[in-house]
Amino acid sequence: MAVATQDSVNHSYVRAAPVEAMPAPGATTGAVGWIRANLFSSPANIALTLFSALLIYWIIPPMIDFLFLHAVWSGSDREACLPTAERPEVGACWAFVRDRFFYFIYGSYPIPERWRVDVFFAMLAVGIFWMLWLEAPRRDLGALYFFVVVPIMSYILLVGMPALGLRKVDTSLWGGVLVTIVVSWVGIVFSLPIGILLALGRRSHMPAVKLFSVIFIEFVRGVPLITVLFMASVMLPLFVPDAWSPDKLLRALIGIAMFAAAYMAEVVRAGLQAIPKGQYEGAMAVGLGYWQMMYLIVLPQALKITIPNIVNTYIGLFKDTTLVVIVGIFDFLRTVEVSRIDPKWAAPTTSATGYAFAAIFYFICCYGMSRYAKSVEARLAKGDRR
Amino acid sequence: MSIAQDSGPPKVSPLYDPKVRSIAYQVILCAVIVFLAYSAVKNAADNLARAKIASGFGFWNQTAGFDISQTLIEYSANASTYGRAFWVGLLNTLLVAAIGIVLATVVGFVVGIARLSKNFLLAKLSAGYVEIIRNVPLLLQLLFWYNAVLKALPDLRESWTLPGSIFLNNRGFFSPYPIFSAGIEFVAAAFVIGVIGAIAYARWAKKKQEKTGEQSPVGLVALGLIIGLPLIAFFAAGMPATLGYPEKGRFNIRGGLEILPEFVALLIGLVFYTGAFIAEVVRAGIMAVSKGQTEAAGAVGLRTGPTLKLVVIPQAMRVIIPPLTNQYLNLTKNSSLAVFVGYPDLVQVFTGTVLNQTGQAVEVVMITMAVYLTISLVTSMVMNWYNARIALVER
Repeated sequence: MAVATQDSVNHSYVRAAPVEAMPAPGATTGAVGWIRANLFSSPANIALTLFSALLIYWIIPPMIDFLFLHAVWSGSDREACLPTAERPEVGACWAFVRDRFFYFIYGSYPIPERWRVDVFFAMLAVGIFWMLWLEAPRRDLGALYFFVVVPIMSYILLVGMPALGLRKVDTSLWGGVLVTIVVSWVGIVFSLPIGILLALGRRSHMPAVKLFSVIFIEFVRGVPLITVLFMASVMLPLFVPDAWSPDKLLRALIGIAMFAAAYMAEVVRAGLQAIPKGQYEGAMAVGLGYWQMMYLIVLPQALKITIPNIVNTYIGLFKDTTLVVIVGIFDFLRTVEVSRIDPKWAAPTTSATGYAFAAIFYFICCYGMSRYAKSVEARLAKGDRR
Repeated sequence: MSIAQDSGPPKVSPLYDPKVRSIAYQVILCAVIVFLAYSAVKNAADNLARAKIASGFGFWNQTAGFDISQTLIEYSANASTYGRAFWVGLLNTLLVAAIGIVLATVVGFVVGIARLSKNFLLAKLSAGYVEIIRNVPLLLQLLFWYNAVLKALPDLRESWTLPGSIFLNNRGFFSPYPIFSAGIEFVAAAFVIGVIGAIAYARWAKKKQEKTGEQSPVGLVALGLIIGLPLIAFFAAGMPATLGYPEKGRFNIRGGLEILPEFVALLIGLVFYTGAFIAEVVRAGIMAVSKGQTEAAGAVGLRTGPTLKLVVIPQAMRVIIPPLTNQYLNLTKNSSLAVFVGYPDLVQVFTGTVLNQTGQAVEVVMITMAVYLTISLVTSMVMNWYNARIALVER
């Protein structure tokens, strides 16, 4: 009785390979399974699904009809966008937006000088890119460029300097996206440094400094932006000698910068509070003075964790720039508002088209910023994960 | 022992003494502020004198001479003063803010919870609403509602008629309005008694539950007391109220309740906008309650409803209340955008018309700011009190 080796015996009834796994029941995998789990798992869920589907059906198809299918893409005046017998339903009048596009961008800025605005946009775009790209080379130079070089250069470019052959352009001619960008950008550039100073002041041990900061911050945050703009527009000229009376745009800029600074101060303060006390004490232990401690140790850490909130404040600021209309400045929304009531384009859908265009513009800008804030937040969270 | 002898406080020049420096900085700061304030006041006095504009609050009692389209208190252009106009504007602001806060809270909580729903479609729909509304300026939304939606409604002659004598046209909403007659005080008294009774019952039920563990149908009893009691009183008093129906004439609609399109546009805009922000606050608050809490509630045998009511929401509210207060204040401050659609709120009436007529910029702007500051401070105080009540009591 020899010991049989495995392959010499015919074990044909034993499986040599594992059985193929049976496919999962069709109703639990793939698209069908997903739909069952996410949309039709219970009667309540089915009701919610039907309700949502109905809402989507009410909103989306009419919107697509209005924005694309029934839209008028070209034409020279209102005739193109009026409903006619063969086309009773007229959607968005994009011809109107195309006709007014350059007015929306530059306002009444003189046409031969508009290249200056383009250069300004380009310089700003470079600066923004440099600041936002966290791995960019020499970001310290970038900050210098963004906060010092660009402001001076763009002031010369936009306002004009006859000595350099750039003729003066009165700020009352500025308008459209140009003004929206200028106002929000000035708000950004000034609100951060002033906000940091106010936040430091609020945490200071000197009672007078603390009191002043608290009063300023709480006062500005307690009133609506409109009243701050009213103050800048009607009270500021009273408070300075007659000869210095600032022009309209400057008044609005001062109001916006003050307002944004107060909100920025609270955001920065939250960041400062998140820095452990040991960091302050460590800085003092190695003999740093107050400003060295803040500049080298505390602020770099505090600002880093505050970036998402700073960007969120900027989103608010960007949306708030629409309010400068109240002091008589032609920002982007105002140019839309003026154009839509122009008799040349008076048609039933002109207003809605203008607002849709403005909404898309603001949405792209603000949504882009908020996505950026989210990505930075995710990046910071990655660093903190152990 | 030279070391011991030297160990007094080291002598430093007062220039490097932190205390001296701190005092010096503060003196400089105060001096600068005083100087700025002084020169501002002096310039203002000069400029006002040159422009021959009066100063002081004398204008408060002068006749206003302009009409206001919505007045909650008695007001007439010829007989009422600027002071009266101020109160009219303030009440209109408070009206839109109060209604707006209630509706925005409802919208915010519904959308915030919907965004956390397991239902894919509903969650995405809510997310889309929040993202779109939050990223478009409020002013643009207000103008859209007012100019592109409400002004595009049919005019008076072709106004839409909804069931129940509600008319809808580009001059506003017109609906029936209850007219009260003698005996309505009984109904009001019954309502007050109902509310007090409901509160008392809720307290008693809570005590009973703490003692014996038995629960009582608080919601049903409260509903009966608050709604049922006034209803009984209403019929017992012989129905002391009738509805005044709006009647459509050739040129206008008489009688009934008239709601201005400006008011509607402002309200819709504020509610949708603030609702989106409140939705995010609610979502963050609910997500801040750890999953272990829900699981533990399930483990001790609570069903979904009681888990939410007894475990999740009370804890989420602690996180939600402070930012929710901020949103309420934002809504109140944003109601000043009424000036862009022509709703007669405080800013439109007072900082707009009164300022233009009197030219007294400093006084008018200061009063307006003081009003908003007061509203902000009072709201924060009330909310802080509530917040302290529900705060976590730690050992």
